[in-house]
Amino acid sequence: MLRQHPTARFILQRAGWYLLTFLVAVTINFFLPRLGTSNPVDIILAKSTGGLSAQAAREKEESYLKEFGLVKLDGHGNIRRDTTIRMVKVWDASKQASVSKPDTLIKPIKASSLDQFFTYVKMSLSGDLGTSFQKYPKKVLDVIVQAVPWTIALQLPTIVFGWIVGNVLGALAAYRRGMFDRVFFPVALLISSIPFFVFGMLLVYYFAVVLGWFPAMGGYADEIIPSFSFEFFGSVAYHYVLPFFSIFLILAGGQAIGMRSMGIYELGTDYIKYAKWLGIKESRVLIYLFRNAMLPQLTGLALSLGTMIGGALITEMIFSYPGLGMAMLSAIQNNDYPMIQGVTLIITTCVLIANFTVDIMIGFLDPRVKAGLQMGGN
Amino acid sequence: MKLLKNLLKSPMFVIGAGLFFGTILVALLAPLFYSVTLDRVGEQYAAPGMGHWLGTDNLGRDYISLLIMGLRSSLYVGFLAGIIATAVGTLLGIYGGFKGGWIDDLLNMLTNLFIVIPSFVVLILISASFKDGRSLTLIGLIIGATTWTWSARAVRAQSSALKSRDHIWLARINGDGTLAILVKHILPYLLSYVFMVFILQIASGILSEAAISMIGLGPLDTQSLGVILNDAKSNGALGDGVWWAFIPSTVLITMIVFALYLINTSMEGVFNPRLRK
Repeated sequence: MLRQHPTARFILQRAGWYLLTFLVAVTINFFLPRLGTSNPVDIILAKSTGGLSAQAAREKEESYLKEFGLVKLDGHGNIRRDTTIRMVKVWDASKQASVSKPDTLIKPIKASSLDQFFTYVKMSLSGDLGTSFQKYPKKVLDVIVQAVPWTIALQLPTIVFGWIVGNVLGALAAYRRGMFDRVFFPVALLISSIPFFVFGMLLVYYFAVVLGWFPAMGGYADEIIPSFSFEFFGSVAYHYVLPFFSIFLILAGGQAIGMRSMGIYELGTDYIKYAKWLGIKESRVLIYLFRNAMLPQLTGLALSLGTMIGGALITEMIFSYPGLGMAMLSAIQNNDYPMIQGVTLIITTCVLIANFTVDIMIGFLDPRVKAGLQMGGN
Repeated sequence: MKLLKNLLKSPMFVIGAGLFFGTILVALLAPLFYSVTLDRVGEQYAAPGMGHWLGTDNLGRDYISLLIMGLRSSLYVGFLAGIIATAVGTLLGIYGGFKGGWIDDLLNMLTNLFIVIPSFVVLILISASFKDGRSLTLIGLIIGATTWTWSARAVRAQSSALKSRDHIWLARINGDGTLAILVKHILPYLLSYVFMVFILQIASGILSEAAISMIGLGPLDTQSLGVILNDAKSNGALGDGVWWAFIPSTVLITMIVFALYLINTSMEGVFNPRLRK
């Protein structure tokens, strides 16, 4: 019954496709870090078991192996051990020959990469991103949950304001052309070709170091303990200015360029010429024009909201802003693979959700796609 | 030829191409006129002055030498990634779009899959796993291998639109094979388009390398503009006001990318008469 309905079928189909993409992304996220030359688990073991007694080192190793899903577990969550008795050759000095003896070490059964992979997929789907190496025994998800509000607080207003300002300016440039456009367009093009991180560095240098107007780094002053006080929020707002502008200006420039060329394109279409020829009021024509030019821009907005979580990694690093970017930087510097994988998985998931939303949104907003859907349904 | 004449009439193209080829010339020829060295030639962060016009870095190395090497690396990565991404994307896009059917569906699915998985994420994951052997070439290869999807999507749409033109049917009736049709009758129509894609891919390759170097996962075997920025940031040059540590390389990166965008935009204007006015 539900399957018969064209809209429901469309949504289900897209959902299925994105689920498949998600599984591919999880697979990539699992296998890529294992491609390289270094085995992260060996590194962390070597680092953490130095100076311990043999017994303690073995216990620690086994707790790590269990924590990172590298050994098989029985039904009670205990490590499964190899209980078959194996014979090992031991040198017997009295007989001057090697003799066979039963092995006294009962080793845990190692999980194959495939087993590890299934454990990883199961954990990821249930929202468990594992344990951080660097901040052991802290969970990766806890670190991420602490950092994400900062990232969203930085990115959401920036993206929304940048989008609005950029589109208004771009629309004006498309409609006015002339002098305004001739000055505006190259400037917007130049601004939008400055990489985010470069612009951030220049802002820090000029406004924080040279002029000393704003703080150069951090999300709030070091001596303040985060709390719901005016002092804390004042400090946060003060630290917010430079990171905000470093993203805002470039984003607005890019949006303006997109809106300008969409506007010019729509101005040349037949329906606008026809509407003008009919003598429809100019303000009315403009509404037609921008409603059509807006669609790709709206898609752009939704997509940049999806890249919001991952989009400011480097900006955050430059400003030492306490968001996901800093968490990622410190994870990279410390070879904290579970943390890196956790952050990349979160970023990918957000991007996928945004794309899914855009697909559905376009299905409803764009009359051409909608018509295609209904025809496909009959 | 007529195309080139049209392009040369556009001031944006002339400025963009001039800047870009100027940069390439400087990168190629500078070592002939300037003794490039990575040896210690002065004290830590010596200010610009006689002898070292752009000062020295935290290890006392001459910044002009570092910038020349960095510029060469960045251009190398840009071209390597750009060529791979454009070649793979064009090949898959042109073939899928022309063939249609299940091959097209499969290639299309692959493209869409890797378009939504952020390429920067893949770049981070691979770079992080190559802890020792991370070379400039490896990074270029990875960038190319993760960004071909955009070219593939763009070229596929064009190729698919061309395949039902009359001259293609004529070629088929003449008994031309798929390869012959693709090379003789479809590729020529797409060349300008592919070239524009290539220009953008070079820019994105240079930016990706700079970005991945900025987060500390850059090449270990050489200097690059991104590595210079990362060194400046991690040695506190930014907070200490050592402007010569980061301003020249930021200007260079921005200039190259701006030049490439100018070339791309002006070509769009020439190829798409609607934008001309």
